[in-house]
Amino acid sequence: MKRFSLGFALWCGFTLCVCAFLVVPIVLSIMAGLTFNIFQGITSGLTLTWVFKVWDLYRDTIWLSLLIAVCCLGCDLVVGVPAAYVLVKAQSRTARLLEELLAVPIAVPGLALALALIQTYGAFGGFRKSWTFILAGHVLFTLPFMIRSVIAVLSSIDLQALEEGAASLGASFWQRLWGVVLPNAMSGIVAGALMVFTLSVGEFNLTWMLHTPLTKTLPVGLADSYASMRLEIGSAYTLLFFIMIVPMLLFMQWYGRPRTQRVAAAPVTEL
Amino acid sequence: MRGHERPYLFILGAPAVVLFAALFVIPAVRLLVVGASGDEGIAAYLAVFTHPRYFSSLVSTLALSIGVTFTALLVSTIAGLFLTRHRFPGRDLIVGLMTLPLAFPGVVIGFLVIMLAGRLGLIGTISMLLTGHKIVFAYSLGGLFLGYLYFSIPRVILTVMASAEKLDPHLEEAARSLGAGPWRVARDVIIPGLMPALISSGAIAFATAMGAFGTAFTLATNLNVLPMTIYTEFTLNANIAMASALSVVLGLITWGALAAARSAAGAGVAAAG
Repeated sequence: MKRFSLGFALWCGFTLCVCAFLVVPIVLSIMAGLTFNIFQGITSGLTLTWVFKVWDLYRDTIWLSLLIAVCCLGCDLVVGVPAAYVLVKAQSRTARLLEELLAVPIAVPGLALALALIQTYGAFGGFRKSWTFILAGHVLFTLPFMIRSVIAVLSSIDLQALEEGAASLGASFWQRLWGVVLPNAMSGIVAGALMVFTLSVGEFNLTWMLHTPLTKTLPVGLADSYASMRLEIGSAYTLLFFIMIVPMLLFMQWYGRPRTQRVAAAPVTEL
Repeated sequence: MRGHERPYLFILGAPAVVLFAALFVIPAVRLLVVGASGDEGIAAYLAVFTHPRYFSSLVSTLALSIGVTFTALLVSTIAGLFLTRHRFPGRDLIVGLMTLPLAFPGVVIGFLVIMLAGRLGLIGTISMLLTGHKIVFAYSLGGLFLGYLYFSIPRVILTVMASAEKLDPHLEEAARSLGAGPWRVARDVIIPGLMPALISSGAIAFATAMGAFGTAFTLATNLNVLPMTIYTEFTLNANIAMASALSVVLGLITWGALAAARSAAGAGVAAAG
């Protein structure tokens, strides 16, 4: 078996350091959000004061983020799932090209997407000022993830055989779509939905450009608190964000585990 | 695809096409037009090379992103190989913890850098205790480097681990039995085996770092990286044409890097990123 040499110890130590680098700041931030006074350190006692304060100051941003994430997910489901099915079924060159094109928003920084949206629709005051403008940005950014996730599942199964079987039993197109295709695509839809929801709740780059003082989302509020509030409030706010996002992530990991080979998630390159 | 299904497929695909055209194609064209509408006309697209300020911004962003990418590749390959090769209690927890930062927005990562290297940060506190001198570098390029590394490592490590699981251990045994030392094995067997994963995840780390805005925004607004330059041009200087032209160039760089990596590493590997 493995020999415990110096090299092994160094290797192990290095790995633990990398892990510590990723985890320690999270722990520091959580502790700071629960500490009475960060200047005096943890000895000043633990408190939920800051969390309640954040809730008072910023709870609207949390509700707005949830509203946008739910609506964004709804749009992606209604538009993206059928589109993924079409792209898998249509084996034409146009379909491949379209598939490539649909993935471009993932590869372009959010700042560029936001500038493009502002210059195209900024003159429509009602739209520009409402939260639906942020929603439009989120749908643009998340739609490719939903489409890719569903395509990954649909192209891994023998869709044609399943559909032909159903058709030979007299199922119409819509019956097959509802009764055969959707249930088979479900794992991709769920994985895509988790991804979309998590991305939407955490989206900053587009949102920062698209928001107005009346339409602040959670990450916009976070940036606001980091810039203008005391460290404890920023930390407590970050803690609330973690509480929202971490269960989603854990569920994503747990759900994705047995299927990692099939559901190849698209990389997130936007921060 | 049977012929009579065509109309159905058109109905199902149409909403996505319309939405995509409205939210991406038309705005992208508009961005291109606006980019060329300033005082300099179409030459604005070359301003990133001809204007010293934009050029230095481009160079520092490229240097930072390339530095972060290679550091992340090195660190993640070493740690990722350890985590694939060794099973120990708590391993799954460690891997799980390492994936958490994947969902953090850039602003939060900026804040975590402040927690680590800011005025009240851990590094400052420890260095104060040890040497009496407080080390604070969160609000500089050093802090940006730390932040970019923070979000790059999870992205790279997962891809490296997935690829390392599939390496054939017999190749390494064969190399060893032929007398190759650990470094030779790493150089001639492990690294080539991981290469597609390294290329695709490296491109992802690079593109993410090039376009990252939130982290720089939290740390300091005067950092000279391209996304901050674009933001400043747009908001403070109201130079909308230049901001558009620069963001088109930035988009082309990130998209180009990802596309190049995808063709270099093979589509199958890129999809696992």
